[in-house]
Amino acid sequence: MLDLTFESPKIKTIAGAKHDWELVIGMEVHAQVSSNSKLFSGASTQFGAEPNSNVAFVDAAMPGMLPVINEFCVEQAVRTGLGLKAEINLFSAFDRKNYFYPDLPQGYQISQLYHPIVGEGEVIVDMEPGIARRVRIERIHLEQDAGKSIHDMDPNMSFVDVNRTGVALMEIVSRPDIRGPEEAAAFVVKLRQILRYLGTCDGNMQSGSMRADVNVSVCLPGQYEKFIETGDFGHLGTRCEIKNMNSMRFIQQAIDVEAKRQIAIIEAGGKVDQETRLYDPDKGETRSMRSKEEAHDYRYFPDPDLLPLEIEQAWVDDIAKTLPELPDEKKARFVKGFNLSEYDASVLTADVDSAGFFEAVAEGRDGKLAANWVINELFGRLKADEKDITSSPITPAQLGGIIDLIKADTISGKIAKDLFEIIYTEGGDPAEVVEARGMKQVTDTGAIEAAVDQIIADNPAQVAKAKENPKLAGWFVGQVMKATGGKANPKAVNQIIAAKLAE
Amino acid sequence: MSDLTKLTLAGARDALRKGETTSVELTETHLKAIEGAGALNAFVHHTPEIALEQAKAADARIAAGDAPDMCGLPIGIKDLFCTKGVPSQAASAILEGFKPEYESTVSQNLFDAGAVMLGKLNMDEFAMGSSNETSVYGNVVNPWRRSGDEADLTPGGSSGGSASAVAADLCLAATGTDTGGSIRQPAAFTGITGIKPTYGRCSRWGTIAFASSLDQAGPMTKDVRDAAIMLEAMCSFDAKDSTSANLPVPNFEAMLTGDIKGKTIGIPKEYRMDGMPDEIEQLWADGTAMMKEAGAKVVDISLPHTKYALPAYYVIAPAEASSNLARYDGVRYGHRAKLDAGDGITEMYEKTRAEGFGPEVQRRVMIGTYVLSAGFYDAYYNRARRVRALIKKDFDDVFATGVDAILTPATPSAAFGLGEMKDADPVQMYLNDVFTVTVNLAGLPGIAVPAGVDANGLPLALQLIGKPWEEGDLLNTAYALEQSAGFVAKPSKWW
Repeated sequence: MLDLTFESPKIKTIAGAKHDWELVIGMEVHAQVSSNSKLFSGASTQFGAEPNSNVAFVDAAMPGMLPVINEFCVEQAVRTGLGLKAEINLFSAFDRKNYFYPDLPQGYQISQLYHPIVGEGEVIVDMEPGIARRVRIERIHLEQDAGKSIHDMDPNMSFVDVNRTGVALMEIVSRPDIRGPEEAAAFVVKLRQILRYLGTCDGNMQSGSMRADVNVSVCLPGQYEKFIETGDFGHLGTRCEIKNMNSMRFIQQAIDVEAKRQIAIIEAGGKVDQETRLYDPDKGETRSMRSKEEAHDYRYFPDPDLLPLEIEQAWVDDIAKTLPELPDEKKARFVKGFNLSEYDASVLTADVDSAGFFEAVAEGRDGKLAANWVINELFGRLKADEKDITSSPITPAQLGGIIDLIKADTISGKIAKDLFEIIYTEGGDPAEVVEARGMKQVTDTGAIEAAVDQIIADNPAQVAKAKENPKLAGWFVGQVMKATGGKANPKAVNQIIAAKLAE
Repeated sequence: MSDLTKLTLAGARDALRKGETTSVELTETHLKAIEGAGALNAFVHHTPEIALEQAKAADARIAAGDAPDMCGLPIGIKDLFCTKGVPSQAASAILEGFKPEYESTVSQNLFDAGAVMLGKLNMDEFAMGSSNETSVYGNVVNPWRRSGDEADLTPGGSSGGSASAVAADLCLAATGTDTGGSIRQPAAFTGITGIKPTYGRCSRWGTIAFASSLDQAGPMTKDVRDAAIMLEAMCSFDAKDSTSANLPVPNFEAMLTGDIKGKTIGIPKEYRMDGMPDEIEQLWADGTAMMKEAGAKVVDISLPHTKYALPAYYVIAPAEASSNLARYDGVRYGHRAKLDAGDGITEMYEKTRAEGFGPEVQRRVMIGTYVLSAGFYDAYYNRARRVRALIKKDFDDVFATGVDAILTPATPSAAFGLGEMKDADPVQMYLNDVFTVTVNLAGLPGIAVPAGVDANGLPLALQLIGKPWEEGDLLNTAYALEQSAGFVAKPSKWW
């Protein structure tokens, strides 16, 4: 396999009043499984439906209703595990996490505490070319999402929408291997990228398909290494969990302010309490949601309505065979196969659709040129239009056609940009458009020479100056291009002007 | 015909097929019997319209020659089963007014076979109780009385309404459910037959859950043949219940030969309890002799972990119940307490559940919550699960030595008086389940067969425990026992 080598990023420290401090961060990412129906019912998972319309009897916890596992959700979890190079547990089991809340009709969430379906894996978190953090994944388990309580529709009442109740989530738990706010955000970005490649989660953070809980603690330099050596959490500081973050920006801000809060407490001689906190982006602070004492006792126990989930290695192997090429491998292949810079390869592989588009363009062409056109022209143009690659008005074949015309010296790079704009807005076959609109490059040296002679004849003063200072030849090039409507082959123009001025 | 209510399922089936009566006639006769039996408080929701409609449809099927065994036979359905459009409350105030939009798999199977539903039967609230005194509808009364005594007796629980109704000939048979003995103990107290099949035989879908890993539905009938007929109709593999077994359902009735020659019957020494009444001892000895006479080999066996069964059961069942009953929160259906100004969600939960659940249910929810809580989980719940595994192993080991069935008493006593246990320690009440809970913990089939009467003329029963999925063989052994015991006593009508 093609692998790019990388070094770990430098650990960023935060300066306290007395010491420099390091951060230790672990994350729990809740990723909604891409699936048409819920984890234990046949109800639809469609986002944005009428309240309480995607609800099976079991989702509403009607008396006597029983959960039945959705095999596709299990397959998606296994696929995710394989994508994170994780151990797949052939035996897993479901447990009930008991607590009362109106949007949790059963009074318990079915989850996997004791026997998760996926064990240890890893995510390579890219920071910049050649620099990445290897973050270990502790486990992934399947669980039900809760519904939504709506508190702002009535002054006295709350409303409940159980459409989301029972939708399958994967909780992806990392080890405390993340060492700074940027790394934490990059972890979520990379995880999201992998899940989208796998098709196991759409990664839409706005609609809540991905949410992260962040565990933050601070320690003095050297302590983390002791923890890694011994596995003893005693070397680390007390952690606080910041719940339910749904944007990369907020994740970074929250970690930063939380770390500073903890440092201030410790440096003032206080103790950080282990607790669950919420980040308030308006005030730029975290605040306590519930302390350890108030923490729920979830009374986990094996769900007696469900048998343990036993899957076969052969089934796992079959899923492994259908795994797509993942971002790290794709990036390495782009670097090595298309001779791209790691930066360009990262940009192109950030999204599986972009990568696919690029490959279709680059197929049988100059990879670097294709990358430039996709990244600089196409991405730029799409961004200006607020479009994404899947709704690109220009197809890979069309863009490839433009590149072919450049390569064949049929059009100049400048004309190619005009052509791109025409194809982007009007469509059509690039070669035909060039033909029909007379955009072909003039390589007939006779025609160019005539144009050059004319300009030289008309501008004796400029000729004299240029003869003294050859750098001024550029002015003549500009004039010739103007005279030929930009269609003159720039290379030929340069040569002829240089020759004529030297006469 | 003479009194149609005296018929068995088999007898009524045969009479219907011969055209000696109709389902409508059978149904009307039973509806009338129910009307006259208000004193027993067995039926809590009457469904005469549904019954007559089903009876007419059944008569049409019989006329067309498309009549399964249960076709046209009027039965009662325990209130724990959700029946579409019909109140299904598990005898609890918290499900006040609840009418499900769905039909439980077991009742649907029975209706598909043509059975007629006369109404819903009283029970202990959420099937938690052994005397049918925890029902929101008030206690059921046993049709049996001690000779020369008019004191009301318990029919047992939790399927007390089912037991009383069948014993008093208000229906030909009834559904029951059994989590720790709730079919077998009331069957024993009322002189009828009740079988709890192997866990997984009957779908739990649509049956209101008490303790999911223990709950099983089963028939409560006038004799063993009827139990075989009705059990076959109730069982099915159900993809909607993940714990349902994907096994063919045999023709149980065809297996009733009464021939148990060469079978080995185990007598477990641990079921001989201190302070067990002599009458129970005697009944057990008589049953053992009957098995021998019928040609079975009787062997003494040991089930060493039996004494831990009751405590383990009273950890596991409440633990599951505490979680299963969390859904009754007043948010979506059933009872919701009236709230005071300023009350929030916590007050709504607290008031709703305090008003909706009776004391026994509250006690078990509290016990269950306690044993699952952090710091106690290992000491109680996990230990109870280990005990459960050992109990199951006890049975596995005995069956591995060639034992086909195990004979035990069904209950430690005959039916006791209503209110008699009112001031007793709840554990005294729990002791009623001492012979039956092991069977639930091990997931085995068990059947209670009436085998004699005590000095007061009250029925007493023996229990036979079978191998997993061998209900046919178990029923046949029970059939042989029934024939030898020749129990024919019926309660004299006083209601």
